[in-house]
Amino acid sequence: MIRPVIPLLTAALLFAIGTYGVLRRRNAVLVLMSVELMLNAVNLILVTGDTVRQQLTGQVFTLFVIVIAAAEVGVGLALILRLFRLRANINVDEVPLD
Amino acid sequence: MTVSDVLLTAVGLVAVGAALAVVMTEHLVRAGLWLVVTLGAIAVEFLLLRAEFAAWVQVLIYVGAVVVLLLFAVMLTRAPIGPSPDLDRPLGPALLVGAGTGLGLSTLFVWVFADRQVAVPETGSAQRLGEAIFADWVLPFEVLSVLLLAALIGAIVLSRREGAS
Repeated sequence: MIRPVIPLLTAALLFAIGTYGVLRRRNAVLVLMSVELMLNAVNLILVTGDTVRQQLTGQVFTLFVIVIAAAEVGVGLALILRLFRLRANINVDEVPLD
Repeated sequence: MTVSDVLLTAVGLVAVGAALAVVMTEHLVRAGLWLVVTLGAIAVEFLLLRAEFAAWVQVLIYVGAVVVLLLFAVMLTRAPIGPSPDLDRPLGPALLVGAGTGLGLSTLFVWVFADRQVAVPETGSAQRLGEAIFADWVLPFEVLSVLLLAALIGAIVLSRREGAS
């Protein structure tokens, strides 16, 4: 037997830490890492949901989320490099908004 | 508490501790390495929840590719070796929103699942997942491949040098 509340609590804490990181960090790479933490928390919830409901849909969606995360990191890295080339600095709170 | 529960708790604590290190460390490179620990711990949780294929994909794509990309980003943006004191923004709003999210979600999960126990599920092997994807989720799967292609082209266009033909 498995208690689903344990992985779910882990996921809740990971998501909270990810949110904290996104708001707290100013280096764009660290913001991206925090986003990865949040995505992983969601994956953990999806897999745990499968355990509760005894089916596979959540795992299929976990795979989809992992693929989307890979695409997101690729584009994010390109954006960060572009920003660094333009401004020599990747702090998100110093990006001009106009 | 069964053996699975004890292992899930231990691995969960490792994941949360390493995640805290990711958002609190002052060394850019160490944040990436702590991220490896978190993602590895989550892969172990997947294995304990019998999501075998998802666990190996997690190790291959996340630990193998995403973290390497992030470390590339750290290197290419000329990150200093040693601590960088200017990585953080003000504490207040982040702590408020983070703690609120954590408390809210934790309360919800404890409230709904409290002491519920479920049977150990059948292993989510590559064969069963493949059958599920190609029976029920073919269209999202194909759309994802187009998305990957678009992201690839977007990344190439974005990282081309200005004025290069």
